[in-house]
Amino acid sequence: MPLGWFEGVLMGVVSLLVIALAGAVVRVVRGPHLADRVVALDLVAYITVCIIGAGSMLVEEGPLLDVALVLSLLAFLGTVAFARFLERVHRRKA
Amino acid sequence: MTAAVVSTVLLLVGVFFVASAVLGALRFPDVFTRMHAITKAGTLGVGFFMAAAAVHFGDDISLVTRAVGVIVFTLLTAPASAQMIGRAAYLAGAPRAPNTEVDDLADAYPEPTDLFGAKPPPTASERDGSRS
Repeated sequence: MPLGWFEGVLMGVVSLLVIALAGAVVRVVRGPHLADRVVALDLVAYITVCIIGAGSMLVEEGPLLDVALVLSLLAFLGTVAFARFLERVHRRKA
Repeated sequence: MTAAVVSTVLLLVGVFFVASAVLGALRFPDVFTRMHAITKAGTLGVGFFMAAAAVHFGDDISLVTRAVGVIVFTLLTAPASAQMIGRAAYLAGAPRAPNTEVDDLADAYPEPTDLFGAKPPPTASERDGSRS
């Protein structure tokens, strides 16, 4: 298919986001404390929502935005669950 | 054409914010500063990307509503989750940057509390002690 300049911009943006995703995964792997990993996983979810948003424009599939909505909801729930888990572990240690 | 130009500008601003978030996540010294960078810049990045999508799909009101819904939802939940994970990290004793000077929570948590500030239920020995 012939690509306009906007599709080129979108492909470049998605490429940059994939690099950013790699950086976030580096923090997930290295992050010394469990909280570091949880926060970095939050960042991974944010970047994935951005990629889905750009991808929905790239393939002209608007309903993909539903996926972004559900993913942001799941990221919030996961972070809250991890926070509760961290606090409970701390309370058991104290 | 105009919509594509506006979307491009919004996308580039969003990429800038996401790049700042990743830079902060990689370079900041402890979990609290990383959380600061990731939450603020990440939320702005998602917001600008979804605004670009809303402009791009501007002639379909249901898609605009979904994009705006993602923005509103992220703006609502990101501060809450950052607050919760920050407090959990503080209570769990996450290492802090060596040049941290102010600890306003130093005497705010004399004993472990529940997520919403309630005290944990008394242990069996405490109950027996109060009964006798």
